[in-house]
Amino acid sequence: MKTYEQINDRIASGKAVVLTADEIMDYVDRKGLEKAAQEVDVVTTATFGPMCSSGCFLNFGHSRPRIRMTEAWIEDVLVYTGIAAVDVYLGATQLRHGDPANMYYPGEFRYGGGHVIEDLVAGKTLQLFALSYGTDCYPLREIRTYFTIHDLNQAIMVNPRNCYQNYNVALNKSDRPIYTYMGLLEPDCKNANYCSAGQLSPLLNDPYYETIGVGTRVWLAGAQGHVYAEGTQHAGGCERTADGIPIGGAGTLALTADMKQMNKAFVRGVSLPGYGVSLALGVGIPIPILNEQILQRTCVRDRDIWAPVVDYSSDYSQNTGKIVCQVNYEQLRSGRIQIDGKTVEVGSLSSYYKALEIAHLLADEIRRGDFLLAQPIAPLPKDTKMKPLVKRKPPL
Amino acid sequence: MSETMTRKLMLYFPKCECEKPIIYHLVKDYGLIVNVFRAKVTPEEEGYLVLDVTGTEEQIQRGIEFVKTFNVTVNFSGKGVTWDSIRCTHCGYCVPYCPTGALKIADAATREVAYVESECIECLACVRLCPYGACASAF
Repeated sequence: MKTYEQINDRIASGKAVVLTADEIMDYVDRKGLEKAAQEVDVVTTATFGPMCSSGCFLNFGHSRPRIRMTEAWIEDVLVYTGIAAVDVYLGATQLRHGDPANMYYPGEFRYGGGHVIEDLVAGKTLQLFALSYGTDCYPLREIRTYFTIHDLNQAIMVNPRNCYQNYNVALNKSDRPIYTYMGLLEPDCKNANYCSAGQLSPLLNDPYYETIGVGTRVWLAGAQGHVYAEGTQHAGGCERTADGIPIGGAGTLALTADMKQMNKAFVRGVSLPGYGVSLALGVGIPIPILNEQILQRTCVRDRDIWAPVVDYSSDYSQNTGKIVCQVNYEQLRSGRIQIDGKTVEVGSLSSYYKALEIAHLLADEIRRGDFLLAQPIAPLPKDTKMKPLVKRKPPL
Repeated sequence: MSETMTRKLMLYFPKCECEKPIIYHLVKDYGLIVNVFRAKVTPEEEGYLVLDVTGTEEQIQRGIEFVKTFNVTVNFSGKGVTWDSIRCTHCGYCVPYCPTGALKIADAATREVAYVESECIECLACVRLCPYGACASAF
């Protein structure tokens, strides 16, 4: 048994034993669970993929004369201004003004909120255009100016939902191609796409949220941030395997970090033809090895993690809740799965390669003593379920 | 007899130089096997032709000399489709859509994606579909 304080002391003195989630299984097989739990202080987990529920609060500072922005655009991408005078929220999936969307199907969606966030972190010069109705204290009615992230007082990423614990595998049983947030799905089950780092993914290595909770320090695109709440649609009370691994979406995390500290390699705008824009992010989360059980759970392998295959041409879009079958991540990573006796080619929207890179970067930071662990101040709920949106008649 | 070989060529046509049946002559007069990947040869506009030519080294050389007489620029690097390894996130999304396996998972352990240019037939599926714009077309 170890405590957060003991682990942090070892990190601070540069003596912490840190392994990545892909290294730990063989290590435990070799050393035995008991000995490994004594030796290992931290296992690092990571993921990299599109995370639509992401965005950032920006503060521009005040112009002379002052403006209370009521409508504003960065690089022609609309930002939310229903907060204080020069604060805005920029969302990852916001389209650029004038984007024809799917008017000429499938639309290209080349640039939007996620790309603005990528450009901000990359230090590019961007255009701000803002309008106002004018007040006695904020008389300016219009401003067009150019800025970089360094000119901003704050650029704080605040993501309501990241790091889905597990995810659907998308398939198309219809007779026409469909363009989805899971990519292009060819007709007649020609291909399937998944989106998870599997055995490296944070919440799959801590399935019951024993160490990841509100207040956990995380590596968000290279910056040190934290979990500020359960993520939206968090549903800890989901169906699980005997090992506790959810067999569907389940848990999610709400994350925040300072964008000025981020690394542009892990903040990437996403264009999904026929669907829209998004933002791909890299997230790393350390798991403190407080006891043998926590270590045991970090030894999860791709073959132990099962994901539901869902027909996105009908069951997903009509929200029927039906699934086609279940497959594990070892099968998915082989590049082919069998559906109804047919071989289906498989692609991924999540980058295992980048996740691995992040797990190693985070492990190095911890070994150097640059990244200390934070004990959660509140656990994530384990019993909540997803509620649907019900179409009701107006109240009398 | 000399060994046959295959070379990928990219021909750039300046305006107005496209009325001759170049492919016909490459086949008929120079004995080359031609496999055209992409072509846009329109009168009064700049155009391009991306093709594989198969034959002996001498046949290919003579064919290239012939093509050059039409004031056509011949590029041997054949990079009609480029893959930017920095922009690529190695997610592997492109892999099932690539019909020839030019884009593939190069390392099963790290899931690193690689682009094998010689396998590319320039269908442009990757250019259209890559969420990160890692693949681009020269024209």
